[in-house]
Amino acid sequence: MEPSMDGLEDLYMEIILDHYRDPRNRGELAPPAHMAEGFNPMCGDEIKVFLDLEDGQIKKIRIGGQGCSISQASASIMTTLVEGKSIEDVKHISKAFKSMMAIHEEGEEEISQDIDLGDLEALQGVVQFPLRIKCAILSWHTLEQGLREIDASAQ
Amino acid sequence: MKKSVLEGLDSSVVKADFPLLRREVNGKQIVYLDSAATSQKPQVVLDVLNSYYEEINANVHRGAYKIAEQATLAMEEARGNVRQFIGASSDREVIFTKNATEAINLVAYAWGRKNLNKGDVVLITSLEHHANIVPWHQLVEERGIELRWIPLTIDGCLDLDNLDELLDGVKLVSIAAVSNVLGTINPVRKIADAAHAVGALCLVDACQAVPHLPTDVTELGCDFLAFSGHKMCGPTGVGVLWGRSEILEEMPPFLGGGEMILNVTKEGFTTNDLPWKFEAGTPPIAEIIGLGAAVIYLTELGMKNVQAHGEELTQYMFETLSERFGDDLLIYGPQDATSRTGVFSMSYRDIHPHDLSQILDQQGICVRAGHHCAKPLMKLLDVNATIRASTYLYNDKADIDALVVGLQSARTFFEER
Repeated sequence: MEPSMDGLEDLYMEIILDHYRDPRNRGELAPPAHMAEGFNPMCGDEIKVFLDLEDGQIKKIRIGGQGCSISQASASIMTTLVEGKSIEDVKHISKAFKSMMAIHEEGEEEISQDIDLGDLEALQGVVQFPLRIKCAILSWHTLEQGLREIDASAQ
Repeated sequence: MKKSVLEGLDSSVVKADFPLLRREVNGKQIVYLDSAATSQKPQVVLDVLNSYYEEINANVHRGAYKIAEQATLAMEEARGNVRQFIGASSDREVIFTKNATEAINLVAYAWGRKNLNKGDVVLITSLEHHANIVPWHQLVEERGIELRWIPLTIDGCLDLDNLDELLDGVKLVSIAAVSNVLGTINPVRKIADAAHAVGALCLVDACQAVPHLPTDVTELGCDFLAFSGHKMCGPTGVGVLWGRSEILEEMPPFLGGGEMILNVTKEGFTTNDLPWKFEAGTPPIAEIIGLGAAVIYLTELGMKNVQAHGEELTQYMFETLSERFGDDLLIYGPQDATSRTGVFSMSYRDIHPHDLSQILDQQGICVRAGHHCAKPLMKLLDVNATIRASTYLYNDKADIDALVVGLQSARTFFEER
């Protein structure tokens, strides 16, 4: 008898598995592009976010490292959402996504309701699996960390 | 499902001793395969915790009233049980800590800071848990000691071909008795003897050994033995450091405070006798008494039976998994049931361990996914994470059959959807 997978379909939406199997913008960018590295100490996942900024915009973004379907899909979707966007816009999207993941930060009231999260909406089901929230936001944390590092080195 | 009849232990009887194993998860009977992380607790241990608080809760080694005396006696009786369980000669050598991590840190702090200086070498192995790596890294930073690593063979055993050279300048050898990732049973006696031959001491992290194998510190030949209570049917919050008394006598105390002193003046203090010298503050009394009950439970089952049960399950795990999955499933570590315990770190096709464990959880199967607090070893294995299924005395063949079904369904879910 096949075991029931009730509930797991909410977590592993087809669109998630699609991004996992066929990740967008995977690869590396050579220096002077910035590389930020993130770790999930619970599961050992490692992610590298390569960033090429120009005129306050993310001109190019690439993803390296290894991770589970949730973290890889989230990273893949992230690249499609942030490439070509201004850093300000990226911060808004990131905040809106984290809010969807039940992570509430300062200034949340400023989140605009009309931010289009695109395929990220498919990650909504992750909230029902609290241990997997870290997987979903690893790439976003690493992106934010990269932007901070670039900012700090420019000071 | 096959009926499980294993030699030595009747696992259906044993399983009934563990209340948690009766619960359901996600509508399925729980299948607990994460005992390398922590074991479940038998009813007798839970009862002892309860009756301690209901009947004799009082601080130990202080009050002169009846229940204080009973609490003190119960705790010291537990110490005696633990001593017998590991074949130690004196209660003075059995120190209760918070966990095995604290036990290793105690040695690093109290013995290490007195005896290790710049250039001295601590030799560990490439399959250690972070608890037996980081305390030594800290001494590298603080005191300029050298940390050296025993390499592994391709099948996940210690490569001891160059042990003599590795031992040059070594003051302490600190090794796991059993790997928490690969299940490898290490030749502790051989390494301890080699350490002593160059005047070094030997510390053994026995977290994965004491719960599963008969343990006798005299036979192991080591100087320190560290293990956790919660992996051997005892409560969380209590661990043990056993050490040879002549070494413990020479060591300065670890933490300072009550219980560890004989006298305190404005000018200074004199330390208490062993073992209390290393037990500052109110100890985890209930947990210690609970560990004493766990040790009696294991002794009554017989550690030889526990070991035989483990070997039989390990054999069954190998047979079942290789028959069902062949090359799709990679089992790390030694490939025979006699040189390892029932700790199975695995990779299954290209399915990420985290996703695998999620699918298994859906069926009530508890396995660990991750790096198992052994990142240097994971780097050697060239993998970020594995799933780890680990067995204990309450597991039976049906649990392994459930794991097989679970893995199969994960493949269906991810690859055929």
